[in-house]
Amino acid sequence: MQLARVIGTVVATVKNDSLEGRKLLVVQSLNARLEPQGAPLVALDAIGAGTGELVMWCRGKEASFPFRREDTPTDCTIIAIVDSDGHVTGGGVR
Amino acid sequence: MILARVVGNVVATQKNERYANARVMLCQPVSLEGEEIGATLIALDSVDSGIGDTVLIVQEGWGASTAATKEPGAAIDSAIVGVVDYIDLLADEDKGVRR
Repeated sequence: MQLARVIGTVVATVKNDSLEGRKLLVVQSLNARLEPQGAPLVALDAIGAGTGELVMWCRGKEASFPFRREDTPTDCTIIAIVDSDGHVTGGGVR
Repeated sequence: MILARVVGNVVATQKNERYANARVMLCQPVSLEGEEIGATLIALDSVDSGIGDTVLIVQEGWGASTAATKEPGAAIDSAIVGVVDYIDLLADEDKGVRR
Protein backbone atom coordinates (compact mmCIF):
# COMPACT_ATOMS: atom_id res chain seq x y z
CA MET A 1 0.00 0.00 0.00
CA GLN A 2 1.19 3.51 -0.72
CA LEU A 3 0.16 7.12 -0.37
CA ALA A 4 -0.98 8.89 -3.50
CA ARG A 5 -2.55 12.10 -4.71
CA VAL A 6 -5.63 11.84 -6.90
CA ILE A 7 -4.68 14.01 -9.87
CA GLY A 8 -7.47 13.30 -12.31
CA THR A 9 -10.34 11.18 -13.53
CA VAL A 10 -10.62 8.77 -16.43
CA VAL A 11 -13.79 8.48 -18.48
CA ALA A 12 -14.27 5.17 -20.29
CA THR A 13 -17.73 4.47 -21.67
CA VAL A 14 -16.79 1.05 -23.04
CA LYS A 15 -15.53 -1.07 -20.18
CA ASN A 16 -15.72 -4.51 -18.67
CA ASP A 17 -19.26 -5.14 -17.34
CA SER A 18 -18.05 -5.57 -13.77
CA LEU A 19 -16.59 -2.03 -13.81
CA GLU A 20 -19.99 -0.52 -14.63
CA GLY A 21 -20.74 2.41 -12.32
CA ARG A 22 -17.24 2.43 -10.82
CA LYS A 23 -15.10 5.54 -10.60
CA LEU A 24 -11.68 5.47 -12.28
CA LEU A 25 -9.14 7.94 -10.88
CA VAL A 26 -5.59 8.85 -11.87
CA VAL A 27 -3.29 8.54 -8.85
CA GLN A 28 0.28 9.76 -8.45
CA SER A 29 2.16 7.75 -5.84
CA LEU A 30 3.93 9.86 -3.18
CA ASN A 31 6.94 9.27 -0.94
CA ALA A 32 7.16 10.04 2.80
CA ARG A 33 7.74 13.73 2.02
CA LEU A 34 4.64 13.67 -0.18
CA GLU A 35 6.69 14.14 -3.32
CA PRO A 36 5.76 12.26 -6.51
CA GLN A 37 7.46 8.89 -7.03
CA GLY A 38 7.12 6.81 -10.18
CA ALA A 39 4.58 7.13 -12.98
CA PRO A 40 0.88 7.86 -12.40
CA LEU A 41 -1.54 4.90 -12.48
CA VAL A 42 -5.27 4.46 -12.91
CA ALA A 43 -7.04 3.20 -9.78
CA LEU A 44 -10.55 1.99 -9.03
CA ASP A 45 -12.25 3.95 -6.25
CA ALA A 46 -13.66 1.97 -3.32
CA ILE A 47 -14.15 4.78 -0.83
CA GLY A 48 -15.51 7.89 -2.54
CA ALA A 49 -12.28 9.78 -3.18
CA GLY A 50 -12.07 12.82 -5.43
CA THR A 51 -9.54 14.84 -7.36
CA GLY A 52 -6.89 16.58 -5.23
CA GLU A 53 -7.28 14.29 -2.23
CA LEU A 54 -4.48 12.42 -0.47
CA VAL A 55 -5.35 8.72 -0.43
CA MET A 56 -4.06 5.25 0.36
CA TRP A 57 -4.10 2.68 -2.40
CA CYS A 58 -3.41 -1.00 -2.58
CA ARG A 59 -2.20 -3.12 -5.48
CA GLY A 60 -2.36 -6.74 -6.58
CA LYS A 61 -5.13 -9.31 -6.31
CA GLU A 62 -6.09 -7.85 -2.95
CA ALA A 63 -7.18 -4.68 -4.77
CA SER A 64 -10.34 -6.49 -5.86
CA PHE A 65 -11.34 -7.51 -2.30
CA PRO A 66 -13.44 -4.38 -1.58
CA PHE A 67 -15.61 -5.31 -4.56
CA ARG A 68 -17.00 -8.62 -5.77
CA ARG A 69 -13.71 -10.44 -5.71
CA GLU A 70 -14.77 -13.11 -8.18
CA ASP A 71 -15.25 -10.75 -11.05
CA THR A 72 -13.86 -7.25 -10.51
CA PRO A 73 -10.74 -6.81 -12.59
CA THR A 74 -8.57 -4.32 -10.76
CA ASP A 75 -4.93 -4.27 -9.69
CA CYS A 76 -5.00 -0.84 -8.05
CA THR A 77 -7.73 0.35 -5.66
CA ILE A 78 -8.15 3.42 -3.46
CA ILE A 79 -9.00 2.14 0.00
CA ALA A 80 -8.75 5.20 2.28
CA ILE A 81 -8.77 9.00 2.24
CA VAL A 82 -6.09 10.56 4.49
CA ASP A 83 -7.66 13.25 6.69
CA SER A 84 -5.18 15.88 5.54
CA ASP A 85 -1.53 16.19 4.53
CA GLY A 86 -0.81 17.15 8.15
CA HIS A 87 -2.07 13.76 9.27
CA VAL A 88 0.97 12.11 7.68
CA THR A 89 3.71 12.37 10.31
CA GLY A 90 7.35 11.36 10.16
CA GLY A 91 9.27 11.28 6.91
CA GLY A 92 10.15 14.95 7.20
CA VAL A 93 6.62 16.30 6.95
CA ARG A 94 5.72 19.05 9.41
CA MET B 1 -4.27 -0.19 -14.02
CA ILE B 2 -2.05 1.28 -16.68
CA LEU B 3 -2.86 3.29 -19.77
CA ALA B 4 -1.77 1.86 -23.10
CA ARG B 5 -2.40 2.25 -26.79
CA VAL B 6 -3.46 -0.76 -28.82
CA VAL B 7 -0.90 -1.03 -31.62
CA GLY B 8 -1.66 -4.41 -33.12
CA ASN B 9 -2.99 -7.87 -32.61
CA VAL B 10 -1.47 -11.32 -32.53
CA VAL B 11 -2.76 -14.49 -34.14
CA ALA B 12 -1.61 -17.81 -32.67
CA THR B 13 -3.41 -20.95 -33.79
CA GLN B 14 -1.64 -23.27 -31.40
CA LYS B 15 -2.18 -21.91 -27.92
CA ASN B 16 -3.18 -22.75 -24.37
CA GLU B 17 -6.81 -23.94 -24.42
CA ARG B 18 -7.89 -21.14 -22.07
CA TYR B 19 -6.88 -18.66 -24.78
CA ALA B 20 -9.52 -20.08 -27.14
CA ASN B 21 -11.57 -17.29 -28.77
CA ALA B 22 -9.44 -14.66 -27.06
CA ARG B 23 -8.45 -11.50 -28.90
CA VAL B 24 -4.74 -11.08 -28.26
CA MET B 25 -3.70 -7.45 -28.55
CA LEU B 26 -0.27 -5.87 -28.78
CA CYS B 27 -0.20 -2.80 -26.53
CA GLN B 28 2.23 0.02 -25.90
CA PRO B 29 2.02 1.66 -22.45
CA VAL B 30 1.61 5.44 -22.66
CA SER B 31 1.88 8.34 -20.23
CA LEU B 32 -1.05 10.60 -19.34
CA GLU B 33 0.14 12.83 -22.19
CA GLY B 34 0.07 9.92 -24.64
CA GLU B 35 3.83 9.44 -24.97
CA GLU B 36 5.12 5.89 -25.26
CA ILE B 37 6.72 4.57 -22.05
CA GLY B 38 8.18 1.22 -21.10
CA ALA B 39 8.02 -2.11 -22.86
CA THR B 40 5.39 -3.26 -25.33
CA LEU B 41 3.15 -5.96 -23.88
CA ILE B 42 0.48 -8.46 -24.85
CA ALA B 43 -2.97 -8.28 -23.27
CA LEU B 44 -6.20 -10.19 -23.82
CA ASP B 45 -9.16 -8.04 -24.80
CA SER B 46 -12.45 -8.05 -22.85
CA VAL B 47 -14.10 -4.95 -24.37
CA ASP B 48 -13.74 -5.15 -28.19
CA SER B 49 -10.98 -2.59 -28.34
CA GLY B 50 -9.31 -1.80 -31.65
CA ILE B 51 -5.99 -0.62 -32.99
CA GLY B 52 -5.37 3.02 -32.05
CA ASP B 53 -7.60 2.93 -28.95
CA THR B 54 -6.23 4.16 -25.62
CA VAL B 55 -7.15 1.46 -23.13
CA LEU B 56 -6.97 0.49 -19.46
CA ILE B 57 -4.99 -2.68 -18.76
CA VAL B 58 -5.23 -4.67 -15.54
CA GLN B 59 -1.94 -6.39 -14.70
CA GLU B 60 -2.94 -8.89 -12.07
CA GLY B 61 -3.65 -12.52 -12.79
CA TRP B 62 -6.99 -13.09 -11.07
CA GLY B 63 -8.69 -9.99 -12.44
CA ALA B 64 -7.17 -10.33 -15.90
CA SER B 65 -8.18 -13.96 -16.14
CA THR B 66 -11.78 -13.36 -15.03
CA ALA B 67 -12.14 -10.31 -17.29
CA ALA B 68 -10.83 -12.07 -20.39
CA THR B 69 -12.17 -15.62 -19.92
CA LYS B 70 -14.87 -15.27 -17.20
CA GLU B 71 -12.96 -17.72 -15.00
CA PRO B 72 -9.91 -17.24 -12.79
CA GLY B 73 -6.85 -19.43 -12.98
CA ALA B 74 -5.79 -19.05 -16.60
CA ALA B 75 -2.20 -18.20 -17.50
CA ILE B 76 -3.09 -14.59 -18.23
CA ASP B 77 -1.49 -11.63 -16.49
CA SER B 78 -2.83 -8.69 -18.50
CA ALA B 79 -6.32 -7.84 -19.77
CA ILE B 80 -7.83 -4.81 -21.45
CA VAL B 81 -10.81 -3.77 -19.32
CA GLY B 82 -11.79 -0.35 -20.68
CA VAL B 83 -11.49 2.02 -23.63
CA VAL B 84 -10.58 5.53 -22.49
CA ASP B 85 -12.74 8.38 -23.81
CA TYR B 86 -10.80 11.14 -22.10
CA ILE B 87 -8.82 12.00 -18.96
CA ASP B 88 -9.44 15.05 -16.78
CA LEU B 89 -6.28 16.16 -14.99
CA LEU B 90 -5.57 18.68 -12.25
CA ALA B 91 -3.51 21.68 -13.32
CA ASP B 92 0.20 21.14 -12.55
CA GLU B 93 0.23 23.74 -9.78
CA ASP B 94 -2.60 21.94 -7.94
CA LYS B 95 -0.98 18.49 -7.97
CA GLY B 96 1.28 19.30 -5.04
CA VAL B 97 -1.43 21.00 -2.97
CA ARG B 98 -1.02 20.55 0.80
CA ARG B 99 -3.94 20.93 3.14
